[in-house]
This record gives sequence, C-alpha cells and structure tokens, in this order.
Amino acid sequence: MATDIGALDTFPKLLLHHAAVRGARPAIREKDRGIWQTWSWTQFADEVRAIACGLAQQGLGRGDHMALVGDNRPRIYAAMCAAQCLGAVPVPLYQDAVAAEMAFPIQNAEIVHAVGEDQEQVDKLLEILPQCPTLKHIYYDDPRGLRHYAQPQLASYDRLREIGVEAAKRDPGFLEREIEKGSGDDPAAMFFTSGTTATPKGVVLTHHALIDRARAAAEMEGLTDRDVVIAYLPPAWIGQNIFSYAQPFATGYCICCPESAETLMTDMREIGPSYYFAPPRVLEALLTQVSIRMEDAGRLKRTMYRHFMDVARRVGGAILDGKPVGMAQRLHYALGDLLVYGPLRNVLGMSRVRVAYTAGEAIGPDLFKFYRSIGINLKQLYGSTETSVFVCVQPNGQVKADTVGPAVRGVELKFTPQRELLIRSPGLFREYYKNPQATEQAKDADGWFHTGDAGYLDADGHLKIIDRVKDVGKLDDGTLFAPKYLENKLKFFPYIKEAVAFGHARDHVCAFINIDMEAVGNWAEKRKLAYTGYVDLASRKEVRDLITQCVEQVNADLAADPELAGSQIHRFLLLHKELDADDGELTRTRKVRRGYIAERYESLVEALYAGKESVHVEAQVRYEDGRTGQISADLSICDARSFPPAAARKAA
Amino acid sequence: MTETEARAQRIGAPVLAVEEVSLTFGGVRALSEVSFDVREHEVRAIIGPNGAGKSSMLNVLNGFYQPQHGIIRFRGREFRGMKPHAAATMGIGRTFQNIALFRGMTVLDNIMVGRNLKMRGNLLQEAFWLPAARREEIEHRRAVEEIIDFLEIQHIRRTPVGQLPYGLQKRVELARALAMEPSVLLLDEPMAGMNLEEKQDMCRFVLDVNDHYGTTIVLIEHDMGVVMDISDRVVVLDYGSKIADGTPEAVRADQAVIDAYLGVAH
Repeated sequence: MATDIGALDTFPKLLLHHAAVRGARPAIREKDRGIWQTWSWTQFADEVRAIACGLAQQGLGRGDHMALVGDNRPRIYAAMCAAQCLGAVPVPLYQDAVAAEMAFPIQNAEIVHAVGEDQEQVDKLLEILPQCPTLKHIYYDDPRGLRHYAQPQLASYDRLREIGVEAAKRDPGFLEREIEKGSGDDPAAMFFTSGTTATPKGVVLTHHALIDRARAAAEMEGLTDRDVVIAYLPPAWIGQNIFSYAQPFATGYCICCPESAETLMTDMREIGPSYYFAPPRVLEALLTQVSIRMEDAGRLKRTMYRHFMDVARRVGGAILDGKPVGMAQRLHYALGDLLVYGPLRNVLGMSRVRVAYTAGEAIGPDLFKFYRSIGINLKQLYGSTETSVFVCVQPNGQVKADTVGPAVRGVELKFTPQRELLIRSPGLFREYYKNPQATEQAKDADGWFHTGDAGYLDADGHLKIIDRVKDVGKLDDGTLFAPKYLENKLKFFPYIKEAVAFGHARDHVCAFINIDMEAVGNWAEKRKLAYTGYVDLASRKEVRDLITQCVEQVNADLAADPELAGSQIHRFLLLHKELDADDGELTRTRKVRRGYIAERYESLVEALYAGKESVHVEAQVRYEDGRTGQISADLSICDARSFPPAAARKAA
Repeated sequence: MTETEARAQRIGAPVLAVEEVSLTFGGVRALSEVSFDVREHEVRAIIGPNGAGKSSMLNVLNGFYQPQHGIIRFRGREFRGMKPHAAATMGIGRTFQNIALFRGMTVLDNIMVGRNLKMRGNLLQEAFWLPAARREEIEHRRAVEEIIDFLEIQHIRRTPVGQLPYGLQKRVELARALAMEPSVLLLDEPMAGMNLEEKQDMCRFVLDVNDHYGTTIVLIEHDMGVVMDISDRVVVLDYGSKIADGTPEAVRADQAVIDAYLGVAH
C-alpha cells in the first residue's frame, strides 16, 4: 500500500495512503466537553468509509454535488471526503450566510444532498426548501433541538453512518472500487465566490489543482506529518480548505477544531499550532488585546515591555531573516526573548509556530513587523479561490513588508500593458460552474487567468500588488497612479482614518485626509491641546503638522520605489467632516467611493490643484435621526515635501 | 406531528400539588388559600405584580418557609416540616432572584458544587485521592461538561464568576441547579434585570432544558410578555391570593388579571 505518495492523484487515495502508512498518527482533533478528542488516520478513514457507503445507499453518485454547511467539525470534513470517494463534488457553504444566500448555490449546483452542522443550519435549509426542489436529503450532526422535526428530508448523521456500516458489511470492497474510479482531473470541490456586487460564481477546482498547490507550498515550507494546524476560519473559504483539508492530505499533518469561536484563544494555547494562518484583522485584534493588557500591567512590566519591544523593533526582524547582527545586540535580544517575547508568544498561542501566513488585504507594516520582531515567522502570500491559493509566497529570509514574495514553483506571472496581473499555474480552476461566459472572461485561450489586480515585480522578482486594475490611473505625464495603494499607506498611520487620493489625468497627486478622532484626540490631550470637536481639532496647526509628517513619510517610502516615485502626494487637506456611509461617501463595508467624493467636493479638489492656500466650504450633513444640517469651515491646504527618487534613502 | 402536539403529549400527571396554602408573617398575610398543581414535564409560571407573594410561594415549595395552613404534595407524598436540603434530595432544584453563586470560584467549580448531593466518596477516599475518588470526580466532571456544553458557556469555564456579566451569571446559576439533575426546577425571576437579547437567550435555554432533560419547570416572573411565550400554564397571584389559573391565552384575557396589572379605579 505504501506507494509513492506523489503518484496519488485524488484526496480519497491520499486518505487510504495515510491510513496505511501512519494509521495511528492523529489526523483530526476536536475539543468536545472540555477534552481533546482525536481521530487517527485509521479512524478518519473508517468514518469516511461508513459515511461514503451511507451516501451511496442514499443515491449520491458520480458528478453530483453535495452541500456542506457548518463550522470546522471532524464530521463535516469526513462527509466532504466521503463525497469525493464517490466521485461527487462537495460544495462548502458559509455557515453564517442567511437562508436566502444559500438558495442560489443549491439551485445552481442542483444539490440533492446537504449536510448541516446543527439546528441553525437545518432551519435555514428547510426555509429554502420551496425554492430548492432538488434538495431531497438533509443530514445533521448535532441533534440538539431537532427532536421534534418530522420533515421527511431530515436524517441524522448517525443514522447515515448506520446505513453505511450495514452496507459496508454487505460489500466490503465497494469503497476501494469507487475510489479507484476517481482521477486527478475530476472536480474535487466547488467554492462559491462571495458575490457582493454580482451573483456568486461557483469555482470548480480539480483534485489535481488543489493537491498540486498544497504540495508545492508544503515542500517550500518543509511541512511534515508532525505539523499541527488549528482550523478556525469558515470551511467554505478556499484558504481554510487548503490549510485544513488539502495540505493535511498532502503531508499527513493533524488539524484541530476548537470548541467554539469564543474559546479559540485558550484552545490555541493548548494545542500550540506549528503552522498558522490569520487575516490582518485577526492579527490586529490580537495586538490590540496585548496592548490593552500591557497598559493595565504594573510599572515594572510596562517598562520592560517597552524597552525590549524597542530592541525587537531594531534587530528582531533581522535576526529572524538570518541577517548579520552584532553579538551584543544578539545577547540583548536573547534576554528579551527570555523575559518578554517568549512569554508573549506563549500568551498568543504561537510558541511553536514555524510558519504563519497572512493574506486577504493589505497589512500595515507596523503590524507585520511587530509579529516578526518577536520571533514569529509571519509571511505574506498571494492567491485566490481561482488559483487554489498559492501563487506567491514570501520565502524564509526574504520577507518584505510591502510585497507578497516571488512566484511559487509552477506558477507563471505576466502583466498586461495596463499592469493587470495574469497567472498560469497548475492550480488554476477549471471553470465557473454553468457560466461559460464568465469563465471565458477570466481565463483566456492560452490558459492565463486575469486576476483584475494591478501590480508589478520589484527588482528582486517579488510581486507587489497595488490596486484593482479598474482603479489604477495615470498622471498626465504617464506616471502610474494607484490610489488605493497610496490611501492604504496613509491609513496605516494610526492618526489617519480615511484618505482619498486624486491624480488621474492631473499633473500631480493630491489627497483628502480624515484624521482619526480617537488617536489624534489622545495625541492632543497628551500635549495639553484643547479642542472642542472634530472640526476644531482638524483645523489646528499642530494637527496639520502631525499629518504633514505622516504624508512626507509616505512620500519618502514612495521615492524609494522607482515605479511609484512619481505619485508622491504634493498637497492635501484635512476634511471638515468624517466620511460617512450615511452620506454615501463610503460603502457599507467602509470602502471610499472615490468618484462620488470627487463629484461632491469638486470645489475642494479644484482648490487643491489651483494652488490656493485655503478654501471655504459649506456642506450639508445628515444626522443619524435623518435631519440635515449645515457645516461651514475654512480649510487650510497643506503642502508636503516630495523627494527625488535618488535622494530617497538619505531623506528617509 | 407539530411541535406543540409533541409537547402536549409529554405533559403527564401532576407531580406537585399545592392545596389551600396560607402563609403569614406576624400580621401580614403573604399567601392566602392558594391552590394549584404542576404537571410532569410542563413549564408552569407563577406571575403577579410586585409583592403579590410569588417568591413566598416558591420558598414554600422548596421547604424554606413552612405554611401555617394547607398541604403540599410532591409525587403524592405530603410534605410538612421539610427542610430545603430534603427538598433538594427529592429532586427539587432552584435558582435565586439575587444570584447566589461563589463569586471567587470559577464557573466550573461553581457547577461542580451542584453535584454535591451526588457525591458518594468518603473523607478518606477524597483526602488521599484514591482510585474510587478519582473515578467519581471524572464522572461528575463529565456530567458538568455536558451541562456546560448544553448552556454554551465553554468559553467561561475557567473564569471566576465575579468577573462575568449579569446575564452569564444567571446562566451559570441555572447550570448549577441543573447539575443536581432535578426533576422539578424552581426558577426565581430568571430574566430579571436582563436586556432583551439576554432574555431571549434565557427563554431558549429554559425551553431547551424542559425539552432535553424533561425537567418540570416552575418559574416566577413579573414580566408577563416573556412568560406567556414559554409557559404551558400560568398561575396569577395578587395580594397573596390566586386570581387566575390557566393557559397563557386564557390568563391574558382574564379581566381580574388585566385589572391587577393595569390597576383599576376603586
């Protein structure tokens, strides 16, 4: 049975391999009733066998789709693998989606079988039954609250398992025969992209695509069956699927399901994962928690923390990257590791983390460097559902805060003249389900996937993503202008809450800035600066100077980058009001609506470009109770120094 | 079969009967000739305006007060002069209006206290941590973990109760009462002082307990809205007397109840 693992081309084949080779090793753990319960690979395979046979009895066949709705639970993953054994395609759905959002995928994929975690999910599935006539079987894991449900579609997971165990007794070779029929080119799973603007699209990924990408990244990071991962993000998200399904199957490592979302921190400390993924917002929340707790700590601890974090900022990143650092500083850092960084990593549950990834949105350089400086090997990666995640990953020792690293083995990158990133990789999706038009738009005849992201490769061949292609513009001398990139860079300063950059078809870049009331307010209080409210605070000369420093810092950074040096911010003004979704200036997800703002504040934009010193503004604001009011103010326009590209390093 | 029909089928014979109970403190009449019964597996509410005698009634039911007149029968056995611990042994559990937990102890330890009556080990076994004591501890811990899971308080397992918000403390108190595996559970204003969301959570848990463990529930509330939604039958007290008894719909339509709650011109 111990064949070469590289020759195994589907997930079920890999499962049988692990059950044979490392049957006693843990495959999946779940904390239940306060105790970590473990399934070994053998138990996992037995569970999958029972469920697969049960599903076959219930009529699930090759090419069918099966919906899975629930949190990270061993049984959900067993059901996923069971479907794949039969050549069916699991379709994981977001467990926090409302019922109406679940209707489209189920109709689109003509789903007959669905597995729901508990009463909540079952209720949603039952609610959409009238719109989804294909749905005939709903299995649930947790029977709580479902005792009195009498719908004929419902059956418990346990019942399904019983049916399967019976069937397996009658025909012991059934599962192996079914698994043999599968090939790497079969679809392995379908993920629905979150359609906030359009209808969702079902992204079809083959076994080959997922396994190839899982292996490429695992080889790069040297993952083995001794690694441990905590599974806490929604299984319907491709990233979670890669880290807690595809990669464990590729390498044989163990995944751990926390007891509940609230116990995650405790559970993570108990498990001590060695491989970890977190989107920037999670990392930010953790850092905030640490900062708050340090504020409450005694004076000795606070002083120690401040002192050693200073040391870490200076040399921590360099030590992690294996760069040369003086002996004295190394010893100083080692002492800090003993007294501060080690205990801190322990509190975060990251004592054993060898590799940590972040992705999904731009991460602030300070946040990123914080984790690296205390010795956590946090790295950025780039990828999407359509590419089976791994496109670019930062290799150990070559980590830069503003790039996502070079292409992973097997990936080809190229750029259109508009700087749109095109990708060709073995991990590319096969198609959008039943949507040939969208497929054609996204994937051209030569197999290049059009990402819609704009970027370029820097001098070291690392990919830098700057914006969405549709938002990227040009200054009138042809210089690249990526507004979101500039805005993000500004927003990484705690004092700046929102920023809007202008520059398309202009001769230089100007910006509107919203100060962060809380951060700047604190800053002002510490300097004994009295102010009455937002408008007053924003009009202070001291505050303008503070923000000017931030803008100049951004300019200095931009000057260091030959591609972006031309788009330094020359002039800016502090807005008299906070941008608000109620006024239509932000979307509900707090993205700036650049076009609308440019139109609404046309006079301000003109003043910026006309070289005026100040501008008078009268604006209507809408209060929360629906009334409207007038604000009038004189806004000063500030000039920020910009730096010639060559002189950048000295000035910074 | 609908959910309500399924519920109706489970409700059985009366387990607790109150017959013409009167209670006086000196010259004050707290209860006068109150009679009602509680059936197996039902959710039975006692409601009434402030000072109507609800808490006195509950204290009579679990043996804390001795009524001067009247009889209380539990599963056919008359009990008179019974102390609260004896009521507990018979399977009557309760929670309190003002939370009575050990504030410095963790949630887990507080609930373990609820297992007290179920503990069989002797001092020697416990002191030397003999295998028998260890086995017993594990068994109790399992029962407690079931309850923690049931009431969804895993995340505060190790938190001292004093640090918890009010709504969660109430839930912990319910957990401790459940730990003794009562057949009848008396809840004294389980939703008092809660916000709407906490009340809805608590309602769900009360119904879940009733459904899952089959526990008969007697609860006191002055908030009528909450009670009407979850009770099978309601007793209404006013100035120590019973003024109505029946299904929530019947009680809500009763003129005497409306008068008691809204007040009438005398």
